[in-house]
Amino acid sequence: MREFVNYLADPIRSFPIFLVFFYLMIRYVKVVATKKFAVIGTLISLPPIAWALADKNFFKIVIRPDNLPINFLIITVVFFTWFSLYKGVRNDGRLAAGEVPIEALPENREKVWTWPNLVYTELFCMIAMTIFLVVWAIYFKAPLEEPANPTWAPNPAKAPWYFLGLQEMLVYFDPWYAGVILPGLIVAGLIAIPYIDTNPKGNGYFCYEDRKMAINLFLFGWLALWVYLIIVGTFLRGPNWTFYGPFEYWDYKKVVAEYNVNLSEFFWIIGLNQPLPSNMILREIVGIVISLGYFFILPLASLKTKYGAKLFKDMGTIRYFILIFLAVAMASLPIKMALRWLFSLKYIVALPELELNF
Amino acid sequence: MADKQSLNRREFFSFLTVGWVAFSAACAGLASMALRYSYPNVNFEPEMDFLAGRPTDYEAGVDERWKNGFGVWMIKRDGILVALSNICTHLGCVPNWLPAELKFKCPCHGSGFYMNGVNFEGPAPRPLERFRITMTPDGQILVDKTRIFRQEKGEWNHPDSFIRV
Repeated sequence: MREFVNYLADPIRSFPIFLVFFYLMIRYVKVVATKKFAVIGTLISLPPIAWALADKNFFKIVIRPDNLPINFLIITVVFFTWFSLYKGVRNDGRLAAGEVPIEALPENREKVWTWPNLVYTELFCMIAMTIFLVVWAIYFKAPLEEPANPTWAPNPAKAPWYFLGLQEMLVYFDPWYAGVILPGLIVAGLIAIPYIDTNPKGNGYFCYEDRKMAINLFLFGWLALWVYLIIVGTFLRGPNWTFYGPFEYWDYKKVVAEYNVNLSEFFWIIGLNQPLPSNMILREIVGIVISLGYFFILPLASLKTKYGAKLFKDMGTIRYFILIFLAVAMASLPIKMALRWLFSLKYIVALPELELNF
Repeated sequence: MADKQSLNRREFFSFLTVGWVAFSAACAGLASMALRYSYPNVNFEPEMDFLAGRPTDYEAGVDERWKNGFGVWMIKRDGILVALSNICTHLGCVPNWLPAELKFKCPCHGSGFYMNGVNFEGPAPRPLERFRITMTPDGQILVDKTRIFRQEKGEWNHPDSFIRV
């Protein structure tokens, strides 16, 4: 059984499983977003968690002081995702029945003064948080290690927990893309949300049905591409950044056969059975064409679809193309991950001479 | 009105000039001191070149004796001795030498390199770099880290990038 879970936890299998669960969640959101489902789901999930914690190796990873925030993260993310869906679906039902959303009921429209109502709450939260952090810092002491040595790195060398998703992204991409372009696009895209999403529905109240695409797109990026990668980076990556199952001992001597191949090598050596051309542009021409097609032709081609044309009409040219570009950039991550897992594909465009790999 | 003032218009401008020059000089002096302050008085960085003993000191394979001091692996293989950088070409972590698997493996993102420094797994885009390695007249090895040789640029054929043993 433990071997089976270890086997399933490999990203090549756990990512599709995660996506299936994600799809089921948004497909059957009316079932998921009920109190009954939450209670039953919690009760069902408790025995497996207890069983998993009984394992020595898993317990050791979970209890590490560095990883405790991630345990909180998982629990709170699950709860708040369910909670917002619950509120949204409840309002969907009310709107469908011709009633106003809960937030618009007369007793919820009552207004109070910022001072003292809000400021007092904030003050108490601040004090409570400070006390919590002080106690936390006293209880989980930061280790005092040897002086920094630029010629030695700890193994595994892990980023702070909130950057482990980024570190996991860096396994699949060159630093300039996964470390500069993608994080920049995440920040820019989050800032751009209010300008792209001008749907007036949902202002001031929770809903799901009226802003289905926006919610699903965001939840996919947040849950599947950020939280999932943090979980993988925390629990499933051990020494030498090798994959280790949740119940697997972190054996520093674990041998993993891995060999990654560039697209140019696939094309010229395996496909055409000849050596790589010496001209680097000619060598990478397939990857360059594919990448340009992906980032420029695909957004234009999306207009031909019925859904794309409708969206284009609703949003206007600039908003639509910004949205499609962000979506295409976001989708490049799972696509590249899948290509790496399935074909050991290293880079689609590999130009180490120019420090440009993609 | 002008005769009542102790300072006429012309004198005012000369005072202003003197004051402004003094102010600029003070600012420039402060700025230069601040700039000087941002550089360390004593630099503890390891030397960029070092004597690495004699070729006979090394056995075939990877030698890690200069790794912690200078960040260099000495690799004796196929009749040549090279000084290989221990900085991963992906993001600059320090890979480990795994003798059992005969490869270098980076603990940060899992890049792998063969014993000769060529990358083959993980995200590292290019092979590890070689440093200039030459012989001194008295038969010692001199490793110079200021000059690097990159395989993807075809520099590993350069006579200074290895010594024959």
